Amino acid sequence: MQAINFYSLIFYGFSALVLVSALNILLTKNVLYAAFSLLVSLFGVAALYVLMGADFIGIAQIMIYIGGILVLMIFGVMLTTKLKGEPILTQNRNVLSSLLVGTGLSTFLGLIFSQFEWANRPWIDQTALAEGSIRKLGIATMTDFLLPFELIAIMLLVALVAGTYLAKK
Amino acid sequence: MIPISHILILSAILFAIGLMIILMKKNAIVVLMGVELILNAANLNMVAFSQYDPSLKGQMFSMFVMVIAVSEIAIALAIVFKLYHHLRTVDIDFN
Repeated sequence: MQAINFYSLIFYGFSALVLVSALNILLTKNVLYAAFSLLVSLFGVAALYVLMGADFIGIAQIMIYIGGILVLMIFGVMLTTKLKGEPILTQNRNVLSSLLVGTGLSTFLGLIFSQFEWANRPWIDQTALAEGSIRKLGIATMTDFLLPFELIAIMLLVALVAGTYLAKK
Repeated sequence: MIPISHILILSAILFAIGLMIILMKKNAIVVLMGVELILNAANLNMVAFSQYDPSLKGQMFSMFVMVIAVSEIAIALAIVFKLYHHLRTVDIDFN
């Protein structure tokens, strides 16, 4: 019982971290602060993956998002502004309508998810808790998902070549 | 174990925040950050459902979503660089 309480405490703590730092991206005007809030938010999502038993996805999240995408984004911020020692700011537009859309959508989806009866669906197997997903994921990648895996490798190669071609002078 | 509706509500709020960032911000790179948040919300849903699935298909899907996010961000940042090169700004509704 004590362990379960500790687990849910950590889980809700990381959930609050994710939501607060995502809201900070929305509220701040400084682009670099937004980038670092995105770092905290992605790290919190990685922690949630690990807590849900998806250890490989958590590690991949840290390596791909924080190690790759975020560094690329910070380089993008640096390269697309004239650095003059001032903070890099962004303006807001459509503030009222987008706040209306966002709060409306989240309350609508939240009402649906909280009203729906999840516990006795036939496809929810309450006992199947994944323990150590790396072995299963590796076997699935090389057997059932071999064709999508190769296709997405080719797509990644094409996307990177296209990105380099587009970005060249 | 956390009830699945809480994880779904968390990812719905994350999706709504990402949508608000896309609608609200003027800087194209911050808009791309909103797209990343939306993809993360989708991944969170799939990993949450794969808790109850011994074959782990949800985690495979979230791996593919991550690769697609990387490709998208590489192409989009290249386009943003080109935009800056031509227009000297990365604001979306420039005048």
